[in-house]
Amino acid sequence: MASHTGELSTHGPAVRVQDLHRSFNEAGGVLNGLDLEIAPGEFVALLGRSGSGKSTLLRSLAGLDRGVAGTGRVEVPEKVSVVFQDSRLLPWKRVLDNVTFGLRSSDASERGLQALDEVGLAGREKAWPHELSGGEQQRAALARSLVRDPELLLADEPFGALDALTRIRMHTLLRKLCEVHRPAVLLVTHDVDEAIVLADRVIVLDGGVVRHDARIELGTRRSQADPAFARLRAELLAELGVEDDHDAAPRPAVGRLSERAAS
Amino acid sequence: MTTLTAPARRAISSGTEDVRPTRRRLGPGKPIRFGGLIGIAALLAAWVVGSATGLLDPRTLTEPWTVVATAETLIENGRLQESLVTSGIRAALGLGLGVAVGLVLALVSGLSRVGETLIDGPIQVKRSIPTLALIPLLILWLGIGEPMKVITIALAVFVPIYIHTHNGLRTIEGRYAELAETLGVSRTEFIRHVVLPGAMPGFLLGLRFAVTSSLLALVVVEVINATSGIGHMITLASSYGQTDIIVVGLVVYALLGVSADAVVRLIERKALSWRRTLAS
Repeated sequence: MASHTGELSTHGPAVRVQDLHRSFNEAGGVLNGLDLEIAPGEFVALLGRSGSGKSTLLRSLAGLDRGVAGTGRVEVPEKVSVVFQDSRLLPWKRVLDNVTFGLRSSDASERGLQALDEVGLAGREKAWPHELSGGEQQRAALARSLVRDPELLLADEPFGALDALTRIRMHTLLRKLCEVHRPAVLLVTHDVDEAIVLADRVIVLDGGVVRHDARIELGTRRSQADPAFARLRAELLAELGVEDDHDAAPRPAVGRLSERAAS
Repeated sequence: MTTLTAPARRAISSGTEDVRPTRRRLGPGKPIRFGGLIGIAALLAAWVVGSATGLLDPRTLTEPWTVVATAETLIENGRLQESLVTSGIRAALGLGLGVAVGLVLALVSGLSRVGETLIDGPIQVKRSIPTLALIPLLILWLGIGEPMKVITIALAVFVPIYIHTHNGLRTIEGRYAELAETLGVSRTEFIRHVVLPGAMPGFLLGLRFAVTSSLLALVVVEVINATSGIGHMITLASSYGQTDIIVVGLVVYALLGVSADAVVRLIERKALSWRRTLAS
């Protein structure tokens, strides 16, 4: 894995998007001349309101937007994996077969087992997808992506359908996996907290262009009680056009709870 | 079983404080063991009682014991087995041919647009003509021998197989195709691992309909002009007023139908074990 990242860094960015236009109808574009670069191993979170073009950008990077009108240059690495909001496991294949589906190497099942072990699903390889919980299904989907050694991991709200507690656990797992495998990551999310907790860099998309692009300098241990965290959160919410009722000053958990209850 | 556990449970519930009703209040209640067979047994009992008391005229419906005796005679002189084998082979040939043709047509039509434009239209037209209405034409073309019978059954069978398999192929979710694209899967792998397993439930549903259709067609072709088989046995008995033989024939048809359905359900359970059904 280490040799991989070294090789990539000599080639410049992992992802380069230049002047990307995409539109679904005559009325107006979803993406209007978007430029974006992602460095190898960089974790980028993509925020934006509904309809801001987040998913369209992700789908064009994944090569899933054939038939959509548009122009522009998209350069992505050879090995791209996608994690969808639903786990998208084939219900008629056991978990291991789902993970190794499409792998052609002879040691596919060995690598699949290893990937399942990494996501904490060791011993579940013979289970049917419907026997897994929502979180476990999404872990299996992560294993399916990682077993392919992606240079770019695209994730479209991968934790959106999970409950809050499972989501926190998945955040920890994803961070750990990304530290080991070092793919470049583009994570589309609605959740500002999730973006700050996970990413090296947060991008806010609006009107089909990048409106805000900020590095996150919070170190590796990120706590929501950290004043810098709260400041960043307020800043991002403002960029998204959401009025935060509370000022940007640091608040203990009580303040956050009441805010949750109000919303 | 139930008589043993019932008092035990009462003892437990009186000893503890938990007095909630164990049964779902708005549900239909606890499942009855062998529930499906109880109704059949009751019907048989009514037949026995009716015949024994003379309420049922033997000329309308023979007494059950006469039917059993007739069945024994028919087995002893080999007529029943002979007829059963003839009918069974007939139905199996027609079913096999129909399933093969229906499956191939559904695959060609479901996997390619060209195939769909050529095949789907004619089959939709064929579907609106009852197969049994084609029998006069088939007799003119093929005579009244075995080929006509097998092909009539096959014609009745291939339509449900085609319709349900084709539907299964066409309704595979686009998101799985999307997934396969991101995984860099080849077209052959996609068809083998995504399309065909995804269409399996549709095919098996079609198979259950097909089995029923094949037996219906079997009865019709055997009653119309046959010189062998269960239907022939029944027709002959009808001319001589032998209700006992007719009833034996009907019982054999019922057994054929029930066992064929059981086989399909067994296949279904094996092939669709990945499915979470309401029963489990």
